[in-house]
Amino acid sequence: MKTSMGGKAVQYVVAYLFMLVALYPIVLMVASSFKTNMEIFTSPLSLPKAFSFETYQKLWEVVPFADFLWNSIFVSLMSVLLITIFSAMAAFYLARFSFKWTAALYFVFLLGLMIPVKLGIVPLFLLMKSLSLLNSLWSLILIYTASGIPVAVFILTGFFRTLPVELEEAARIDGCNNFQVFWRVLLPLIRPALATVVIINFIHAWNDFFFPLIFIQEDTLKTIPVGMMVLFGEYETDWSLLFAGLTLSALPMIGVFLMASKQFMEGLTAGAVK
Amino acid sequence: MKYRNRPQRGLNRLKNKGAWVGCGGESWLFPPSLQKGVGTIATDSQSIRPKRRRSWLIHLFPLPALAIYLVFLVYPIFSAFVYSLYDWQGIKRGAFIGLKNFATLFTVEPFNEMFWNALSHNVLYFVVEMVVQNGIGFMLAFFIYRKIRGAGFLKIAYFMPRLLSVIVIGFLWKLIFNPNYGALNSVLTSVGLADWAKPWLGDPDTALMAIILVNCWFGVGFAMLIFLAGLQSIPEELIEAARLDGARGLTMLWRIILPLCMPSITIMTVFTFIQAFEAFELVYAMQGSMGEPFYSTDTLAVYFYRMAFGGSGGAGETALGLGSALAVVLFIIVASVSAISVYLMRKREVQH
Repeated sequence: MKTSMGGKAVQYVVAYLFMLVALYPIVLMVASSFKTNMEIFTSPLSLPKAFSFETYQKLWEVVPFADFLWNSIFVSLMSVLLITIFSAMAAFYLARFSFKWTAALYFVFLLGLMIPVKLGIVPLFLLMKSLSLLNSLWSLILIYTASGIPVAVFILTGFFRTLPVELEEAARIDGCNNFQVFWRVLLPLIRPALATVVIINFIHAWNDFFFPLIFIQEDTLKTIPVGMMVLFGEYETDWSLLFAGLTLSALPMIGVFLMASKQFMEGLTAGAVK
Repeated sequence: MKYRNRPQRGLNRLKNKGAWVGCGGESWLFPPSLQKGVGTIATDSQSIRPKRRRSWLIHLFPLPALAIYLVFLVYPIFSAFVYSLYDWQGIKRGAFIGLKNFATLFTVEPFNEMFWNALSHNVLYFVVEMVVQNGIGFMLAFFIYRKIRGAGFLKIAYFMPRLLSVIVIGFLWKLIFNPNYGALNSVLTSVGLADWAKPWLGDPDTALMAIILVNCWFGVGFAMLIFLAGLQSIPEELIEAARLDGARGLTMLWRIILPLCMPSITIMTVFTFIQAFEAFELVYAMQGSMGEPFYSTDTLAVYFYRMAFGGSGGAGETALGLGSALAVVLFIIVASVSAISVYLMRKREVQH
């Protein structure tokens, strides 16, 4: 479509202005983490005079940040792994076989798309308590897995159905059993859909703070987001430290995103079924 | 066929064919769920009939997913429904009292007042997000759709906030909004608008709006991507035809492009609604579980949290019963809208 020069100029100004709005707070966060408290309070907008990593050292000493980091990694990877494997198995069954109950079973999984998980938090808390999973990372892994399954089954079932049936027949003629058909033949072909499932759930598990807030009391078992609550609770006035904590929390995800931004944006919107 | 005699021939040939189909299938990823393929319904002839190679082992495949899903997702929600019908003392379940918790929630002070207060904030949340977040999101998507230099970089920049944990965003903006040392008031002062500087989060008139706008900042990149996918799925020929018929500028946008983007707009509306009615994290991070100041930022989910865990907020001893009743009400609001979205998506699946 043709646009006038003026229109084009307005378009550029507005688009780049919003880029600033989107990025500035993040830049401010990173820049402030290198400043001293004095600098933050007297000239909050300027760039740091000197890059000092002292604050980061202090951060490492005052909160068990290495523990937070490890807990976040463990919980995210484990739940992503379980969601992907279990959902792919269920999706394979739903997409490639038709028993009397297949449609009903698929519907049961689809119902999960409508369930706002957090509203079941009280029964869930009591359930975790009776399973002695409070203060255990497994409580988080199980709840993330459960809440990730419906979307994953939905996406993967759709994708399995697009694969031609001849493929599977040929594999069977060659002597593959169900498991081999699934693992060796079909699974490699749905990699794009698996990537979507992995990305959505990784971001969700990594960033969530609601469930660790309720299930985890022990400081050394906290994930990064709730770990930040410890920091903000105890060092309210040490802004340099707070900014450093926020930066360190945001950094891993931003790093992964910059490496695979296309996949992230595609994955998140493709998985936007929820 | 060179490898005619190799025993694996059939598989290899079909594998290649499959790989080809797989490549074709990748295009569904983008534009995303708005396009064909996310869940194309298989025709019956496509599925394998169970008579061949029937083995009971295959029934084990869906079981792990089903078990975890039922125990940790379906059971808790179902229990919340049951809980709401009982009287509770602390975490001890008392007598069955029918719908009395619901009656209390809607008719007894201060619960009813608290409920309507929070609900009105959720509604405001939804309206402002629709206008600001989705309006700006659509505008930015439209700019990128019409070709702009640096589009790839702009997309990454707009999307960046979406990657941060909501708690990090809440804390970050709390520092930015700080009345004494915060960056926002400093910016205002430095551009000569010192009069505008104020304690944004401490003032009941601005606190809720500040939080909602932060949420818009967080969500605008996602909205942009959804709309962009919608725009890019419009067939070129349609735009071309409209242009030949003389459609230009705003007419083109309003009469041709917007109606053709309806699927993505519908989906984004549903997402925004669900998000607005589940709003919790940002309020909790920025204003705590009391929706301070003076409940001016309270939302239904925060109110629910307070009754379930906080105990404060006037809920007293019957908190768990009332909290569960509130959860049921929220569930009905959110689930009915999600049901519409699932219905719309399945309808689209069938169409393609």
